[in-house]
Amino acid sequence: MDYSDVSHFSQTWGLVYLVIMFLAGVVYALWPRNKDKFDHAANIPLEDD
Amino acid sequence: MIKHEVFEKNSIILLIGILIVVSIGGLIEIAPLFFLESTIEKVKGMRPYSPLELAGRNIYIREGCYNCHSQMIRSLKDEVERYGPYSLAAESMYDHPFQWGSKRTGPDLARVGSKYSDDWHREHLVNPRGIVPESVMPGYPFLLDTPLYYKDMKEHLEANRMVGVPYSDEMIETAMEDVRSQVDPDADTDGLLARYPKAQVRDFDGNPKVLSEMDALIAYLQMLGTLVDFSAYKADGPDLR
Amino acid sequence: MTREITANARLSVDGWVTAGALLIGAFYATLTAARTEDPVMSVHAYIFAGAFILGLFGIIKAYFDNSERLADQPAGTSIQYNLDIIKAGVIASVFWGIAGFLAGDTIAFQLAYPDLNFDTSFFNFGRLRPLHTSAVIFAFGGNVLIATSFYVVQRTCKARLPGTFAPWFVFWGYQLFIVIAATGYLMGATQGKEYAEPEWYTDLWLTLVWVVYLFVFLGTLWKRQEPHIYVANWFYLAFIATIAMLHIINNLAVPVSWTSSKSYILFAGVQDALTQWWYGHNAVGFFLTAGFLGIMYYFVPKRAGRPVYSYRLSIVHFWSLIFMYIWAGPHHLHYTALPDWAQTLGMTFSIMLWMPSWGGMINGLMTLSGAWDKLRTDPVLRMLVVSVAFYGMSTFEGPVMAIKAVNSLSHYTDWTIGHVHSGALGWVAYVSFGALYCLVPWLWNRTQLYSLKLVSYHFWISTFGILLYITSMWVSGILQGLMWRAYNDLGFLEYSFVETVEAMNPFYWIRAIGGAFFVVGALIMAYNLWRTARGDLRVESRSLPPEAVPSPVAAA
Repeated sequence: MDYSDVSHFSQTWGLVYLVIMFLAGVVYALWPRNKDKFDHAANIPLEDD
Repeated sequence: MIKHEVFEKNSIILLIGILIVVSIGGLIEIAPLFFLESTIEKVKGMRPYSPLELAGRNIYIREGCYNCHSQMIRSLKDEVERYGPYSLAAESMYDHPFQWGSKRTGPDLARVGSKYSDDWHREHLVNPRGIVPESVMPGYPFLLDTPLYYKDMKEHLEANRMVGVPYSDEMIETAMEDVRSQVDPDADTDGLLARYPKAQVRDFDGNPKVLSEMDALIAYLQMLGTLVDFSAYKADGPDLR
Repeated sequence: MTREITANARLSVDGWVTAGALLIGAFYATLTAARTEDPVMSVHAYIFAGAFILGLFGIIKAYFDNSERLADQPAGTSIQYNLDIIKAGVIASVFWGIAGFLAGDTIAFQLAYPDLNFDTSFFNFGRLRPLHTSAVIFAFGGNVLIATSFYVVQRTCKARLPGTFAPWFVFWGYQLFIVIAATGYLMGATQGKEYAEPEWYTDLWLTLVWVVYLFVFLGTLWKRQEPHIYVANWFYLAFIATIAMLHIINNLAVPVSWTSSKSYILFAGVQDALTQWWYGHNAVGFFLTAGFLGIMYYFVPKRAGRPVYSYRLSIVHFWSLIFMYIWAGPHHLHYTALPDWAQTLGMTFSIMLWMPSWGGMINGLMTLSGAWDKLRTDPVLRMLVVSVAFYGMSTFEGPVMAIKAVNSLSHYTDWTIGHVHSGALGWVAYVSFGALYCLVPWLWNRTQLYSLKLVSYHFWISTFGILLYITSMWVSGILQGLMWRAYNDLGFLEYSFVETVEAMNPFYWIRAIGGAFFVVGALIMAYNLWRTARGDLRVESRSLPPEAVPSPVAAA
């Protein structure tokens, strides 16, 4: 394993990793069933106790 | 979506998620560089700093010179014309830490060695505006009066060896002696020059009576960029922009 | 009332642990002071020993005070938030903020008029510059982040910080770190890596403090009575965890000896450069951005009295921001000896980073939709909103400067300094000021600030200062970059280096004067906050009606 192998791995799988991570984040944020939870969470700072 | 439930309800999983995201990115980007050494041919002429140069470098760091001076000539036409051949990775291979800098309030120093006389450096460091009226550099007159502390030079070289600088047992053994003989024109310097080829031997600060911090700093400045013989390398490489 | 203070033991478990650690620490520091020949290490060993002994006294005092306090505690069910620690953090923030701004303006004047260096070792630019950067980033910014994170995590989790002494260890331990780092710079102890200047023993101390910080924060999340972890806490957690990782890796070093203040960094040359800027840029990304976004996501909705514009967007903002920032470091190393692909990678991610940054900005600004009129009446909200606008501006400028062609001009010049300060003054400091203006009345149980007019003065004076600062640095940076690469008709470089230095002088003056305005603004704030804490209220023609001032009804 030398420099060119390692940097090749970085330059290819790095991209795949990027796309997967990004999609995972977006899917999580937009998942319909999460909506209620998020709506509730958004109001946490405004609740006075 | 059990996974997502867990994700937000469990702070440890959130923490692990964060750590995965931030560590893999860094790993993918940085790790290859640590394999770099095996493929970059060692540039001819590079050697570890002589003990006096190392002491000078530590003063350079202590005074925060890196805040205003870079030591990294970029591969751009005007920089190569102004400062000399662009910096090679191997030229800072013994630099713990690197001193590439990020700001040029003053000029780049990567190849400042041997461009000016010792007297010029001494006067300029003591009173910069005496030499260059428009300069905004602070003066360092105190370096002239401060004797260099080098009793622990051996430990300095040992610490460097621990982080990968190839100082030999002999170099470590003779560290203190090498400091003294590099500023003493009358000393027997064969050993020093064998250990540190191209080391410049003379009294740097114009005062042979005191081995001062000024001696060390000028010795360091005068060797910057002088180790590699660039006639053997293309001064303006193929990727000059 | 809580498990931390059991009825029998007058000292909680973390009190015993802290006391034991302090005792050992004081002993070791004294031993080091006796053994070292290094003057810097000697001073620092005494400071450590003194601080540890003071800490011990503090714990002993708490031991005797505790029985009284236990009797006073109401048996009610309401949550006893730890607000004393936040008061302390607010005071420290204001103090270090002004100290850091003053240090910065001092070195700005030194560049305009270099005789101000006085050519003494400890007052030279080279030593004061790290003092300034560390004071504003770590002392001011760090204290703001610790204080606000402790406040936000308690309130959004409806839980008290765990432990009696652990939070105080974080607070005082962090102040000790600041004192050691700052005195070290003045005495010439530095690792020579920007924003990571403190030497090895200071770094070890900070690591210890930081790990306790992480556990106090996590401990509050574990105790929470709210099922969901509010998004501001995500940002704070990413900030704390990532800074720990960056700090440890970038500062790996071998000391010359256990009694020497000097160390040699583990990495060398190009590896050290990339590690440093991976650290350096993520100090911006996670310390100065993620942490302060935590502030934005709590204080902007709170002050505006409405939930964040889109919670979903905040989640996308979070993950994409922390994911992309971590790659952007190499844009500090364009055209250097760093391999080309790494430079291009850094550039690409820096440009992509524009998207999540602006997503966050839009989220912050749009939180005000339907309440824009509050900007007219509430100068604190105005400060918060302008900070978000500056966040948007500097996160647009950053990706532009990360483009290699632009960077070849901007790098090594004042343009970078201007860019940093539009983020540091406009975003980081303003969002902090906004948070401090909110916190002081809440913590000291005042209906509102002493004077809203003074907030307005602060806002306009410092905004004028920021504009002077960044415009002068744009001009000087671009001018110097162009002069460096200018050729004359004969094909030679047109300007010597020193001619480009001379050309900078008027801009250095403008910048220093702009900085002075910013300092004056901060002093006005300090005065206003002090009067507020005292309980004074200035009679003013325009003050906010009580219902317009959000207050988190003091618990208990």
